[in-house]
Amino acid sequence: MSPSMMWIVLIGTSALSFSVKMLGHSVPERWLANSRLQRINALIPISLLSALVVAQGLVVKTHVVIDHRLAGLAAALAVLFAKAPFPVVVVVAAVTSALVYHLH
Amino acid sequence: MPTSLKDTFRDALSVSLTVGVYGVAFGAASVAAGFSVLQSCLFSLLTFTGASQFAAVGVVASGGAGASAIAAATMLGTRNALYGIQMAPLLQVRGFRRVMAAQITIDESTGVALSQAPRGSEAMRAGFWLTGAGVFLFWNIFTLLGAVGAKALGNPASWGLDAAVPAAFLGLLWPRLETMFLRLVGAASMVFALLVTPWLPAGLPIIATVAVAVVVGWRPR
Repeated sequence: MSPSMMWIVLIGTSALSFSVKMLGHSVPERWLANSRLQRINALIPISLLSALVVAQGLVVKTHVVIDHRLAGLAAALAVLFAKAPFPVVVVVAAVTSALVYHLH
Repeated sequence: MPTSLKDTFRDALSVSLTVGVYGVAFGAASVAAGFSVLQSCLFSLLTFTGASQFAAVGVVASGGAGASAIAAATMLGTRNALYGIQMAPLLQVRGFRRVMAAQITIDESTGVALSQAPRGSEAMRAGFWLTGAGVFLFWNIFTLLGAVGAKALGNPASWGLDAAVPAAFLGLLWPRLETMFLRLVGAASMVFALLVTPWLPAGLPIIATVAVAVVVGWRPR
């Protein structure tokens, strides 16, 4: 991605994120009270975060690839089941992935 | 500060510190995706909503187009509008104070505000402002530390940073999977994203999974 496009991503993301927040503080309550909208809105973070897990952990460009990152994700899953806090999850994934990367 | 607000202050501080530390992971992920330290810090100052920030740099890291990165980040932030609708009648602010309130309307400030309901609306307002300001402060400090640290480390794969990012998404997703139904939605979204990956340009499969949320949420269950 070109350097100018990276600035566009930064500015565009920031401007739209703020607009969405400001919208909530500005519109009458009934505007977003639609129950279908609320159901979908509640599911969007789950769908997007799930997609981001696999897109970041199992994909290179447009190919599904199994590599050291999957070992890191598996380790993260294991400590999540053990109720580990967020920073531990991230560090365990990084250490496991780095180990597999160097051993390979 | 009145003694009645001490408990609110303690809640706000503990949430701010715990969440703020995650900023290290964002700073590192952002630099690993190719953003500069300055850009990473601007994300945390200006975008200031964690999951959206991770999504924007995540899509860029996976080679997606700029529009995909912005769209994924914005859709992840739509819940903040619903928080704003809940917080506006409580805060009753206008002008610049409303702009500040909007910028710090995130999961944590809304969550702490709502949790203070038994202590009254003054405690709810205090919870909102203290948590919002606290997370803003610590999130930005730790973003800088993470970005500078990752810059010093070099090759992201060598230090496991390329796995730390999906693990961070998994960590953000995990507490949301409260019911079997929501776990199934998550699993279906993962399968869907992998299935469409070979057929769509990089980054688009992430946005495309919103279709799963729309289809599942269309009718009441």
